[in-house]
Amino acid sequence: MKKLTTFGLGVVAGLAAIAAAPAAYAEDLQFFPMLVYRTGPYAPNGIPSANGMRDFYMLTNKRDGGVGGVQVAVEECETKYNTKIGVECYERLKGKHGGASLVNPYSTGITYQLIPKAPVDEVPILSMGYGRTAAADGRVFKWAFNFPTTYWSQASAFIRYVGEQEGGMENLKGKKIALIYHNSAYGKEPIPTLEKLSGIHGYELTSLAVDHPGQEQKATWLQIRRLRPDWIFLWGWGVMNSVAIQEAAAIKFPMDHFIGVWWSGSENDVKPAGDAAKGYKAGTFHSVGETAKIHEDILEHLYNGDVEEARKNAFGEVLYNRGLVNAMLGVEAVRTAQARWGNQRMSGAQVRWGLENLDVGEERLAELGFGGFTRPIKVTCEDHEGNGPVLIQQWDGEKWNLVSDWIEPIREVVRPMIEEAAAAYAAENNITPRDCSAEG
Amino acid sequence: MEILTAIFFTPFAEMWEGPVFFTEVVLNGLLTGVMYSLVALGFVLIFKASEIFNFAQGIMVLFAALSLVGLMELGIPAWLAVILTLVIMVLLALVIERVMLRPLVNQDPFILFMSTIGLTFFLEGFGETLWGSNVKRLDIGIPKDVIEYQGVLLSQFDIIAAVVGALLVFGLAIFFTKTTIGRALRAVADDHQAALSVGIPLKTIWVIVWSVSGGVALVAGIMWGAKSGVQFSLSLIALKALPVLILGGLTSISGAIVGGLIIGVGEKVAEIYWGPLIGGAIENWFAYILALVFLLFRPQGLFGERIIERV
Repeated sequence: MKKLTTFGLGVVAGLAAIAAAPAAYAEDLQFFPMLVYRTGPYAPNGIPSANGMRDFYMLTNKRDGGVGGVQVAVEECETKYNTKIGVECYERLKGKHGGASLVNPYSTGITYQLIPKAPVDEVPILSMGYGRTAAADGRVFKWAFNFPTTYWSQASAFIRYVGEQEGGMENLKGKKIALIYHNSAYGKEPIPTLEKLSGIHGYELTSLAVDHPGQEQKATWLQIRRLRPDWIFLWGWGVMNSVAIQEAAAIKFPMDHFIGVWWSGSENDVKPAGDAAKGYKAGTFHSVGETAKIHEDILEHLYNGDVEEARKNAFGEVLYNRGLVNAMLGVEAVRTAQARWGNQRMSGAQVRWGLENLDVGEERLAELGFGGFTRPIKVTCEDHEGNGPVLIQQWDGEKWNLVSDWIEPIREVVRPMIEEAAAAYAAENNITPRDCSAEG
Repeated sequence: MEILTAIFFTPFAEMWEGPVFFTEVVLNGLLTGVMYSLVALGFVLIFKASEIFNFAQGIMVLFAALSLVGLMELGIPAWLAVILTLVIMVLLALVIERVMLRPLVNQDPFILFMSTIGLTFFLEGFGETLWGSNVKRLDIGIPKDVIEYQGVLLSQFDIIAAVVGALLVFGLAIFFTKTTIGRALRAVADDHQAALSVGIPLKTIWVIVWSVSGGVALVAGIMWGAKSGVQFSLSLIALKALPVLILGGLTSISGAIVGGLIIGVGEKVAEIYWGPLIGGAIENWFAYILALVFLLFRPQGLFGERIIERV
């Protein structure tokens, strides 16, 4: 029944966005296609993310009267987190309502497929905190953005955090760190960074792959038993996360030395494990909970103050909040573009410019209701990643709590790696990197 | 030479040098194997009685677990929720027989197989519509602590699951050999036409066997759901049962058990001792390789009925 309600709300919300501007024609709407996965094995993660994004778009219409006076339109397409279906969804939606402003693929696999299409269709990609890390080099990846941070930055921030916990980076020497990763392009993303940093700081890295879906991980955890690592990083997705947490608890691994990527740190990952998950940590790039100003605004404008009703849509959960931040950054890119071309519907090319010149400071974040909830961000032609810092959150058995300050990635290591990977991509695909100093 | 040493010498040396760890690997493999057998049993039951390879067995596991948790979330006590879920699975069997199987009597088994694919998609959507897509915690009170003996660590949960699996197999064996219905089931499995000619009602038998299979799916759903939470991925556990079926044969309950144990141990040992040679994550496909190797020598599976055809 909940599923029906959620689906119904999604459809109604999508239609409402258009209906809210009865006199509006396609050219008067700012269209955000939504590639969602509300069904399939990863639906528990897909639903809160999609709900967060949808709520922010609706809020933009209701609270702000649209973006620069232009009503926001959204339309969902169900990808089931399947790359092939995701690409079909993109093809179906990209030209609707006057054309897509940008696309959030919500899957590393789909992102990889859309990167070559983006310059052809002139639809920029915003893969916030996922996708191809090398896309952070805007000179090569003109149409792809992965701010506010990337997997490589996160991996390096984890190492910095572990260094702090061990009393200094020099104490990493001789420590054993295990990476348990989803055996996919996504799961393998942190390996080059962790290997590189292992060479610099002298820790011993062991990478253990877990095949999709990760329901059975006994062999992996037997290896952990034998290895006895000091720290474990988890780069999982879906059911793999909750099983890993339970297996870690079963071998009595100290949970406060077990850190998940930001896609391994939602309520869905810890709740099935019950008390066993207490103390488990995960990365994030925004705050936790439901008490920020943005939550007040959403409750007031979309749910008539009924927090229980809102919670049915995952209000305040980690992935819901991530959806809010994701949608906000996309809308702000449109607003940035409007500052140059005027308050009217922006094309994909104009939104791309907006993404590349995005500069959302503390003041603007506060106006939007995100004050103190996430970090200011500044994107440039060269740097599509933005600043890149990471927070660590910890599960206390009931809720997530922040347990660190913003941790800066080890940029002096990560950035050259990004540039090297981007240069290799450019060479493979005959792309001449842009001269950013010549860009307007 | 180095590669040959890594393949043919080093793993065995590691086993010899670490007998306690090797014992732990084998015991954990056996316990995991029982969990695979639980899922494989559902396939075997239906195939024995109707020669249908039930593609929907995995989704039945999910559907049963979703129904159980859904009922428990409504405030119904666990014991009553289990009974009500069994009732739901019997009702499902009735509907499947009436709507899906009856119109397809005497059709080629492949057509029946295709109909179970349709059933999979239906149950997938119906289950999600009814109970939602969120992850649901299933806590039926089974302890999840570990027992350590002489350095070997075993999960209490896995041990209890293995005992439950063993009891289930024992119960099914009694049911099939000692009861009238069980004998009728075996008669139908041996020869549909002959069974019909002596008055065994095929339709009733199908309802019974799908109901029993639904019950087995519920037990598998409880055990796997309690481990990982009840969510869509539970249906994919059927993939783990396939090599067990290839190895044990589609018609043998004991084959499902022995096959599960061999696959469980085989994949764990392979992953831990040979996996690192090629980057790990070999256990999924290694299970199939192991099963196929057995097939080279026994095409009908370890305990499957021998294939004899007149030429």
